[in-house]
Amino acid sequence: MLDVLKIRKDFPILNREVNGKPLVYFDNAATSQTPQHVIDVIVDYYQNYNANIHRGVHTLSQEATDKYEQARAIIQKHFNAAKAHEIILTSGTTHSINIVANGFSSLLEKGDEILVSALEHHSNIVPWQMLCERTGAILKVIPMNQEGELLMDVYDELLSDKTKLVFCNHISNALGTINPIEEIIDKAHKVGAAVLIDGAQAAPHVKADMQALDVDFYTISAHKVCGPTGAGMLYGKEEWLNKLPPYQGGGEMIAEVTFEKTTYADLPHKFEAGTPNICGGIAFGAALDYMNAIGFDEIESYENELLAYGTAKLLEIEGLKIYGTTANKTSVISFNIEGVHPYDMGSILDKLGVAVRTGHHCAQPIMDFFKIPGTVRASFSFYNTKEEIDTLVDGVRTAMKMLS
Amino acid sequence: MKIEQIQDEIVDEFAMFEDWMQRYEYMIDLGKSLPLIEEQYKTDDNIIRGCQSKVWVHAELEDNKLVFTADSDAIITKGIIAILIRAFSNQKPADIIEANTNFIDEIGLKEHLSATRANGLVSMIKQIKLYAVAYQTQLK
Repeated sequence: MLDVLKIRKDFPILNREVNGKPLVYFDNAATSQTPQHVIDVIVDYYQNYNANIHRGVHTLSQEATDKYEQARAIIQKHFNAAKAHEIILTSGTTHSINIVANGFSSLLEKGDEILVSALEHHSNIVPWQMLCERTGAILKVIPMNQEGELLMDVYDELLSDKTKLVFCNHISNALGTINPIEEIIDKAHKVGAAVLIDGAQAAPHVKADMQALDVDFYTISAHKVCGPTGAGMLYGKEEWLNKLPPYQGGGEMIAEVTFEKTTYADLPHKFEAGTPNICGGIAFGAALDYMNAIGFDEIESYENELLAYGTAKLLEIEGLKIYGTTANKTSVISFNIEGVHPYDMGSILDKLGVAVRTGHHCAQPIMDFFKIPGTVRASFSFYNTKEEIDTLVDGVRTAMKMLS
Repeated sequence: MKIEQIQDEIVDEFAMFEDWMQRYEYMIDLGKSLPLIEEQYKTDDNIIRGCQSKVWVHAELEDNKLVFTADSDAIITKGIIAILIRAFSNQKPADIIEANTNFIDEIGLKEHLSATRANGLVSMIKQIKLYAVAYQTQLK
């Protein structure tokens, strides 16, 4: 059993007040909070061994390089990647996706098709649109139903030998839907297409096994898993990473440079040009260690408890509609109240100390599908409590009274 | 009344409230009394681009003074724009261009000025001032 009161002590920020009220932080799908353990690692880096990595022969550089590579090993183990160099350390999911989208520019031909799910975040739509503009490839959308589930029979019809790439998030940021990625990957491979799964929203809730999934690319951001912003991962199968050209030119990604020709470095450095976010990468590893010490099974079962409690409590409110109603979802509740704009609701909840996200959640196509300007989104983490959900529900009722 | 006097009046009104809840309730009431933009002007051209709520503002020149009408799909936003319109509508373009907007801080709405509330005051004020500049040029 997860001891939430003990866990809350690990997060100093949870003690603060907002607008004179105790903070209730329900914007975890946007960014997670940072435990003291990770903060200590960040401080330790700058106090004791801040140095550039992979080049200096001096002690600090060696120490920083060791820690950075240890972090890569932690990430590799966590995601069960076959090789450490299949883990590319990036600045986050958006960066990771752009490495792949850019790389495919040279692999696609006019008329090739890319499939993208209707549940995507803008960061997983725009790079592919740009890729299609560059290559003449065609972007096709896997649609969803009213519950926010992908229509897998349409997916079957869309797949063909023209399909070269399939992109889908593991879990939708706007609705919380867990997508059937095993099936998506399996079917794409049958027509010879590569698959990129955006795991940004999944990483804080479930442990994804790269080898078991047999996925070609998988991306995450450290700040969704109690790590810092500006760090993340691109997992890619070795054979794919070798096929893709480098994304950025610069130091550290080269083997040999003359003015006539440059040979690129081996993986992972080929995709890690310039000085990386060293401290961020190390803290990313520490964050995964922290979450693994609590245990993902415990986290998942506790968050499901919060989801069930929150869903039941919110549905008691008359006129409240939840978007994303599949049984297979994570602890994200996207909702609206009849006649109330999400912005008004969010502004008043903030005054009551409750942090939720309002708006289109960078997923405008989903909002267009439901014909709404946006939603109020409460996303729960393993350090949240049922009492906090009660505060949210009371706040929603207060706001409704004020706005009526 | 001059812009400055109206702004002082608004500041005095807001000073009477004891807490944020009363301020917000007042803003919500103001939002309901906003001089609404005519439907024909509720076009994409008149939308002030923002992340969260839609705001339309229209300006017309009457007797050398600018008259603003507006609307929004969010009620608190309507309240904010109602306050701005009260301060700046029926004023000469030159005076609108010159006017400062410090009263926003004084009525405790500073939080709506932050960059995360992208639909917020900053773009509305900018739009009002842009209208004033455009009509001032026309008057000359």
